[in-house]
Amino acid sequence: MRAGRLAGSRNALTSALLLLPAAVLLWVFTYQPIVTTVIDSFFSTARGRRPSVFIGSTHYETMVADPVFWKALVNNAIYAFTTIPISMALALAMALFVSGKLRGRGIVRMAYFTPTVLPMVAVANIWLFFYTPDYGLVDQLLRHFGGGGANWLGSKETALGALIVITIWKEAGFFMIFYLAALQQISPTLMEAAALEGASPWQRFRRVTLPLLMPTTLFVSINAVIGAFRLVDHVIAMTRGGPDNATVLLLFYVYQVGFGYWDTGYAAALTVVLLAMLALIALFQFGYADKRVHYR
Amino acid sequence: MSGIKVEGLAKVWGDFRAVGGISFETKPAEFVALLGPSGCGKSTTLRLIAGLETATSGRIVIDGRDVSDLPSAERNLSMVFQSYALFPHLSVSENITFGLSVRRVPKAEQARRLARIVDLLGLGTLLSRRPSQLSGGQQQRVALGRALIAETPVCLLDEPLSNLDAQLRSEMRNEIRSLQRRLGITMVFVTHDQTEAMSMADRVILMRDGLIEQNGAPAELYEQPASVAVARFIGTPPMNVVDLEPGPGGATIAGADGPPLAALGDTPLQLGIRPEHITFADEGFAAVVEGSEYFGADTITACRVGAQRMLVRTPGKPSLSPGAAVKLHWPATAAHLFDRDTGRRRPDAVLPTQQDTGATGESL
Repeated sequence: MRAGRLAGSRNALTSALLLLPAAVLLWVFTYQPIVTTVIDSFFSTARGRRPSVFIGSTHYETMVADPVFWKALVNNAIYAFTTIPISMALALAMALFVSGKLRGRGIVRMAYFTPTVLPMVAVANIWLFFYTPDYGLVDQLLRHFGGGGANWLGSKETALGALIVITIWKEAGFFMIFYLAALQQISPTLMEAAALEGASPWQRFRRVTLPLLMPTTLFVSINAVIGAFRLVDHVIAMTRGGPDNATVLLLFYVYQVGFGYWDTGYAAALTVVLLAMLALIALFQFGYADKRVHYR
Repeated sequence: MSGIKVEGLAKVWGDFRAVGGISFETKPAEFVALLGPSGCGKSTTLRLIAGLETATSGRIVIDGRDVSDLPSAERNLSMVFQSYALFPHLSVSENITFGLSVRRVPKAEQARRLARIVDLLGLGTLLSRRPSQLSGGQQQRVALGRALIAETPVCLLDEPLSNLDAQLRSEMRNEIRSLQRRLGITMVFVTHDQTEAMSMADRVILMRDGLIEQNGAPAELYEQPASVAVARFIGTPPMNVVDLEPGPGGATIAGADGPPLAALGDTPLQLGIRPEHITFADEGFAAVVEGSEYFGADTITACRVGAQRMLVRTPGKPSLSPGAAVKLHWPATAAHLFDRDTGRRRPDAVLPTQQDTGATGESL
């Protein structure tokens, strides 16, 4: 008995020690910052000789009255609601295309995946040239159709759209990989059975492929949502939120407030709101959509 | 009524000839087994009939209609896949009515036909379940239901029983057979199990290396095997096939002293005798017992005759110990003669005396 208990506690100690490095890293770099951020959002920002004091929900009240915050929220919503569905649909279409019998399939797959491998900052710089007025690639192409001369990144109407296009271009290839893997999990016999039962190609897609891809769709959609709120490299590299806050996204605004204006208290409050929103969306996706997803 | 006619059907992948130009015809409402060892082309033949593969050459006629160039959906047939191929995201009833629903059969008609199939296969309590919640036998029934609800005159089954345990297999064997009789449809099923083919089918088509070795009723394959391959494939234990060599008055078992068994020809011969047709007797071929296996109802004794080894199947317990000298006897009609080079049956090599004395085998 004694020996057994001793061995048991030693086991527990060993496993605790094995877990320790991961737990420490997770705590120090993930949970502790979250907790500190939440606490900081209720304190004023220390400036010079004025120390930080508790100010309650003042930052949050400021936020409600802050037009740039609302602009960022609306921009981010437009950004998410366009990039997520379009990039996912495109990813699925590309996956279906390259999973079939196709000459040079490997090359096409690689071509689709390349944007994902490139760093966002590099992508942003390449697209800066594409979007350059008059001699950029986009304008040169448009000139053949009588268009051109537009300042894509410089005008309020088109700047956000220009960023959305880049994001779709970059994300679709990444999501395609997940769809491609999932498609290859579907037994070809199922498709044969469906065809033999008289299902047209569209019916086979709609009634067999798509339902069987649902777990992947859920996974990809969660990733896409997180991506839509997390990726701001291109905003920093291309527009810095301009012109006239037309391309301000939430995380970019947090960055601007925190490291541009050094109002860390307000930035913490903004971060808390961003986190809460992401958590709510993820909860909805898992709680609601998960019930409608079939897992094998 | 509907039968299947296959003419010169061939399927070639690069250098590999899976099916080498085969022809056969089935009668309506016949239960046909495509039998053969793995890699013999039987599954490919079935997939060609189903339209899941395109034939390199040849014609497939179902119900008097040439379907060679039609997609599988228009061939008016149904199929049960070896892995069942049930849709994992659909319930049992949705799986069964999938074909009707994609073909836009009215809901009332779907319900009527579903009720009939459910009744036929005893699936009543399972309708709302998912395939993952079913046992192997239940999945098999659902797959069968999905095929039968189409009410097509031809149903193809690819190794339908291979994923079931032995107990369930014999149950399903009877069930499928009686379903086929009741519904009066043509069923073609692929199997590598000779007992399955022999016990279920009206006609067995035995294939080897992409060609038909023999096509006939089960009894024909057993009693009149067209080749050594058929003889060795049908029956447990398989037929004894021994080499013959020339002796005085005719060919006899190599390395043994004994009466002539076959006429001397220009090509070497082989003799085939089923273990169950050999008895231990006072007169006959001298042999030495090598060992025996006891199976309850019968015993299989291995004997050495000259340079050859033969199995003898006798009812009851073994009474012979290894090393015992015995005499083997078999009726002349039980002896099959084959050409050693081609493996084909050689009825012409039978000795005139054996034909005269008939079934008594006294000439031994």
